[in-house]
Amino acid sequence: MDRNVASPLPLPARVWQRPRLCKNAWLRWGLTLAAAAYLVLAVGGLDINWARVSEGLVRAARLFAGFLQPDFNSRWDDIRQGLIESLTMTVCATVFGLVLALPIGLGAARNIAPLWLYGICRSIIALARAFQEIIVAILFVAMFGFGTFAGFLTLSLSTIGFLSKLIADDIEEIDPAQVEAIRATGGGFWQVMDYAVASQIMQRFVGLTAYKVDINFRESSVIGIVGAGGIGATLNTALDRYEFDSAAAILLIIIGIVMLCEYASGWIRKAMA
Amino acid sequence: MAVTIGNDGVKHWTLLTPGQQRWRWFGWLALAAITVFCWRIMTADTIWAFVWDAPRQAADIFERMLPPRWSYINQLWKAIWDTINIATLGTLIALVLATPLAFLAARNTTPSVLFVRPIALFIIVASRSINALIWGLLLVAVLGPGVLAGIIAIALRSIGFIGKLLYEAIEEIDETQVEAIRATGANRSQIISYGIWPQILPAFATISVFRWDINIRESTVLGLVGAGGLGLALEGSLNTLAWPQVSLILLIILVTVVISEWITAKVRKVII
Repeated sequence: MDRNVASPLPLPARVWQRPRLCKNAWLRWGLTLAAAAYLVLAVGGLDINWARVSEGLVRAARLFAGFLQPDFNSRWDDIRQGLIESLTMTVCATVFGLVLALPIGLGAARNIAPLWLYGICRSIIALARAFQEIIVAILFVAMFGFGTFAGFLTLSLSTIGFLSKLIADDIEEIDPAQVEAIRATGGGFWQVMDYAVASQIMQRFVGLTAYKVDINFRESSVIGIVGAGGIGATLNTALDRYEFDSAAAILLIIIGIVMLCEYASGWIRKAMA
Repeated sequence: MAVTIGNDGVKHWTLLTPGQQRWRWFGWLALAAITVFCWRIMTADTIWAFVWDAPRQAADIFERMLPPRWSYINQLWKAIWDTINIATLGTLIALVLATPLAFLAARNTTPSVLFVRPIALFIIVASRSINALIWGLLLVAVLGPGVLAGIIAIALRSIGFIGKLLYEAIEEIDETQVEAIRATGANRSQIISYGIWPQILPAFATISVFRWDINIRESTVLGLVGAGGLGLALEGSLNTLAWPQVSLILLIILVTVVISEWITAKVRKVII
């Protein structure tokens, strides 16, 4: 066919339209209506006390002023104590969690563990991940009493859940050829682990651990609210007394340390690569 | 990798050179020392009698928890509804606020790399480093207890999360499409709407669903600081030592989280 010959019939002008998200018009309108109905119900059901909110705006202004002029001095001893608790809790929980997470992670990898061990380890992981830190902290405080020890156990448990799951998933995705190669040289179980498995996951593993240090510090600033020690308890007290300038100081310290941790863990990951 | 030749002339292959080995040992030693040091400071105020007593306490609590008080569920429906609303409305508000923020923070769309971008990045970091519970604590102090404080707390925490992931997605777009739209004479908003938005739409959808899932988890506990939802009922039951109610609430939280995870997985499958 000769493309240069003009088509004898005049074509109707084509109008371009964006492709729709859902092709089916019924589905599209149905979803929109359902979303609108939900929004009306949800927003309509909100019981907002506007008098209380307008009163709160004054306090919001005070809080904001506190951020501009944070007061580090008047509660410095409490803040220092809270910070030391948070930091030591973070370090101990990460190390302790890591030591336990390694064997559990190995056991939860289907390609190196037998089925019964796999089942046990995956159940431990599921159990450790079932509840958020704060709920675990409540239970541990009830069992172990107030203070840093309950917080340490909480963070350790969450570290086990986080690291062993990711380690196991990583091990399941390794290249089996290297394992085969080490085994072919006559390497035993530990030699296979060291030369074939560890060398493949080490880099990601260090990165994940650094990331978990960062998360643990952030969490340690929260679980103090329910009595598990750390800077969160100090913050809670400051807010209860409406000392917004001290609270702002604590928040700024938390933000600073988190930024530092994030920067450091990014640096570690880059150095490992 | 290092190969050393022994006295008998035989080659020995090792993973690390002796220098590397020394450094590695030093690193482990330092880590162990720091851990022991931290442990001693941390446990200085620990009352060990309570710790040794813990297994008995745990058994006692579990005994009180069982069986859960099933009839209590009739008082919880409102709390469940509130929890879902806190998570959903909070995520929606965060999406509305985080999207322009992400465009301001992304290197290729920001109006000014020198002035606007650092401010946007600081907002993102500040929002991310403060946990939703702390935001809740602040907002309850400011606005008074209630669902509204919870919604805003969730929104404030999510802005940073969504903003960060979204601006990274924007920075990774294919510039040729933007170039093509610009070549047709499109203005700024048309470039964003036709050149950038369709490219980040899948990322946007995945991020919002992912964050919604996290927010459901967080909103179940936000009530502990007075911000409404299931956490409020949990706090009340804990304060009155009503352990059968606590176990029921924990069970409901678990079911809620599992369902939200299931919905998230379904939606992600549709999107991808």
